Amino acid sequence: MKDTSHINPLENEAIYIFREVAAQFEKPVLLFSGGKDSITLVRLAQKAFWPAKIPFPLMHIDTGHNFPETIEFRDRLVKELGLELIVRNVQDSIDQGKVKEESGKYSSRNSLQTTTLLDAIEEFKFDACIGGARRDEEKARAKERIFSVRDDFGQWDERNQRPELFDMLNGQIELGQNVRVFPISNWTELDVWSYIAQEEIEIPSIYFAHKRKVFLRDGFIWSHSDYVFQEEDEEVLERMVRFRTVGDMSCTSAVFSEAADIESVVQEIRDSTISERGARIDDKRSEAAMEKRKQQGYF
Amino acid sequence: MEVLKIATAGSVDDGKSTLIGRLLYDTKSLTTDKLEAIEKTSKQKGYDYLDFSLATDGLVAEREQGITIDVAHIYFSTANKSYIIADTPGHVEYTRNMVTGASTSQAAIILIDARKGVIEQTNRHFFINNLLRVKEVVVAINKMDLVAFSEEKYNAIKTDFEQLMSKRDYQGQKITFIPVSALKGDNVVNVSENTPWYKGQTLLEHLEGLDMAAVSNVGTPRFPVQYVVRPKTDDFHDFRGFAGKVYGGELSVGDEVVALPSQTRSKIKDIYFYDKKYETAARRSSVTITLEDEINVSRGDMLVKADDLPTIEKQFTATISWMDSQQLTTGSKYIVQHGVNKVLAKVASIHHKINPDYSGIDTGATVLGMNDIAQVSFKLNKPIFYDAFKDHRTNGSFILIDTQTNSTVGAGFIQ
Repeated sequence: MKDTSHINPLENEAIYIFREVAAQFEKPVLLFSGGKDSITLVRLAQKAFWPAKIPFPLMHIDTGHNFPETIEFRDRLVKELGLELIVRNVQDSIDQGKVKEESGKYSSRNSLQTTTLLDAIEEFKFDACIGGARRDEEKARAKERIFSVRDDFGQWDERNQRPELFDMLNGQIELGQNVRVFPISNWTELDVWSYIAQEEIEIPSIYFAHKRKVFLRDGFIWSHSDYVFQEEDEEVLERMVRFRTVGDMSCTSAVFSEAADIESVVQEIRDSTISERGARIDDKRSEAAMEKRKQQGYF
Repeated sequence: MEVLKIATAGSVDDGKSTLIGRLLYDTKSLTTDKLEAIEKTSKQKGYDYLDFSLATDGLVAEREQGITIDVAHIYFSTANKSYIIADTPGHVEYTRNMVTGASTSQAAIILIDARKGVIEQTNRHFFINNLLRVKEVVVAINKMDLVAFSEEKYNAIKTDFEQLMSKRDYQGQKITFIPVSALKGDNVVNVSENTPWYKGQTLLEHLEGLDMAAVSNVGTPRFPVQYVVRPKTDDFHDFRGFAGKVYGGELSVGDEVVALPSQTRSKIKDIYFYDKKYETAARRSSVTITLEDEINVSRGDMLVKADDLPTIEKQFTATISWMDSQQLTTGSKYIVQHGVNKVLAKVASIHHKINPDYSGIDTGATVLGMNDIAQVSFKLNKPIFYDAFKDHRTNGSFILIDTQTNSTVGAGFIQ
């Protein structure tokens, strides 16, 4: 009987993409948020280059409003795998007066990350930024290429994208341009979770059901935290929740859940009738929210 | 999990987005929040039905104009398979988008409006899927509700389509006809009560039944080297692994191989997938191969079985699908990206262009414009190692890159 444990088409595609990045670019970087998608990317990169180390650094654009569990996890992962981690802080961009902190009830640092990211790309002269975005997440992302060229201003020109045929990836760019690379473009949320389960990949504890202080607003479950604006009449409750997607505390809402281990999480996703980005408050600002942010250079 | 990639083709208003939306809805793949958004928008527009096309039309401009601009990817799964649908639009850059969508697909759905029947664009949709050698084609005759589910109408369209099929180049393509109403849901996922005369499967039943091994293009094994893994650590001091994806067939430990272009022979020593050794590398697996002998192999080189060499030439003739607004002219130079290998190429001659209505060929063409399909000869600055596209879908295809703009300006299928 032949061993066929290496034939998952999505995994093979992602490994192929990682190798194309390493071969076609001078200075790639893996954008690492500490979320499950970027953790999955790290595993795929390990597989692509084994027994050599991953031949590029990770970079975290830190809003300063992350879940502490995520940061703790990030630092441990980097240490265990002997990877290089670059951190650039949104707080610095604010202090330098490059971006202005939002105020009010729905304030979030999520969209401020773009400036910090673009500055970091320029600082290190990165020519390829690998990200964990997936096409199933959101309508504008459904049109994203695997190699997505950005101009000197980091902008996405959705009308002028390179066609991608067969497996061939065209990474030719001019000096100053960079490419955003999405190795798990064709994965769905369920594919990622199934892979995490199958590979027994460790992920931050906030993805599993836990007791947390939260409050309810507009049908979302918000974390009670110093980073999140809360009205006086918004009552703090303690509930069993988990996170399906992990961004900033100010833009990521929780779901009520009892799923405390990976098998129950996979089952919950399988049964779920709400999409993953349904828990992203930043997408609800308008129907075209993601497309607008992407044009400006968002991930 | 098996993954089936499907390209869709249809003219404006044939109901392509509605069909995809219907597939998502009836397989319960639309999530509550997406469904609510569709209900809300449908109501705002004053429709008395759910406008499923809203499930797929992604960009702001598209929502404003009610059309699909670019290739969008839609995902759903059943207990049996994962599906990826490339939704390709029917206008300005139609050929470019359809060729792109079809290039990564094993199956295609061609939509026909039952009221209009086979039209000029149907010709194009069929021609492109046949050119790209997509193995499975479903002809979905849509809007059957608007022709009172007439069997005569269905049969007449089928007969017209079979006329086109008689002229096709790739005879191995399997074609299945299904009468559907995407808007009302007939024969998409659920069996229709309105077509008692139709004894075949619904669209989803048909897709579910496709055998993945049978819809894949199998040829001889080709291993283009993407990257050389050299860890230079104490544990793997002399390790030189050739990382790449296996196309067309399998490679096994002990296989006698030849490295191209050097034509040096060796044997496969080990096959790694991550940290585990395998006896055989499956088709389309991304593995790392080590060889018995120390030979010089770098990115762009290719390992092939010693008894099965590809053509090694500095020139070839290919069918080109031109995708750029700037014209292709005789004598101009491009980069040919053949798999992971890049060479410089010069257009030697344009033999003929396919007429836009696919009625015949134009032998007088000297330039190619956006959406043109033509037979073109190229000269290369270095030899490449290729197979004819009809024998090997991966090793017989390439893209053309503009040396000035770096854009992908065309795709080619080697003869």
